Amino acid sequence: MTTATQPTFDTVAVGDPVSPATYLVRRADLVRYAGASGDFNPIHWSERFATSVGLPNVIAHGMFTMATAGRLVTDWVGDPGAVVEYAVRFTSMVVVPDADEGATIEVSGTVVGKDDDARTVRVELTATSAGAKVLGKAVAVVRLP
Amino acid sequence: MAVNPDIVGREYPPIPVYEVGREKIREFAEAINSPDPVHRDPEAARAKGYPDVIASPTFAVIIAQRADARIIADPDSGIDYSRVVHGEQRFVHHRPIVAGDRLVATPHVDSVDARGRHAMVTTRVEIADENGEPVTTARSTIVVRDAGEAA
Repeated sequence: MTTATQPTFDTVAVGDPVSPATYLVRRADLVRYAGASGDFNPIHWSERFATSVGLPNVIAHGMFTMATAGRLVTDWVGDPGAVVEYAVRFTSMVVVPDADEGATIEVSGTVVGKDDDARTVRVELTATSAGAKVLGKAVAVVRLP
Repeated sequence: MAVNPDIVGREYPPIPVYEVGREKIREFAEAINSPDPVHRDPEAARAKGYPDVIASPTFAVIIAQRADARIIADPDSGIDYSRVVHGEQRFVHHRPIVAGDRLVATPHVDSVDARGRHAMVTTRVEIADENGEPVTTARSTIVVRDAGEAA
């Protein structure tokens, strides 16, 4: 969302933090994501199936976690179209119990590089859930005004 | 079953044209709880300089996974889908995906590596418009459990 504090290329410096955020994930979010993305793997909605294949419970789609962490960047920049590159490694699962409080994903970011020619910045993201790092090498490259 | 290393370098035929709809863009944005109006309101998108509503940065996964399914479905690849775990994902956006786009997605196999008992398969889906202008490059690494050379 556009805010008065929207960053610009000239005002952002390497080392700047991106304000952290905590995102709530409930079973209903996974069902909705399954429908929107077309990924209906039952490990993301059926506790019976998930536990039968050795998982602790239903787990979030890795791509749901990637999208959620990416929101930290797009909300900061105020323009989802400014993301020119986004990459993650899936390092751990987000386990989502069947409870109103669901699970949470805590995301924070730091500006780690600037490209003066492209007027882009590199943002390194950290995402954790239940104390485990769920994304590794998570980097977004965004073009700033 | 081991993944066939001979698939490295292979390009598969593109999947049928994917037509990007406004409502699909909105549905995906809602599914990732993104409040941004550029996914919903064409006027808000135009005010930002886009011709119509634009897709979220990871929307292309819908198209990329359909294209990757070509590789997984190829009996010659030796990939057992029930053993597949998503390892890494990367998008390079040459421009945002916009409502009304008619996209052509072509799957490629970039590498197959044994990692202990597992096989790591990196695919690249080149997503372009119908004139061949690049839109998004989606790279995905899948881990096929118990499918490495030592399996």
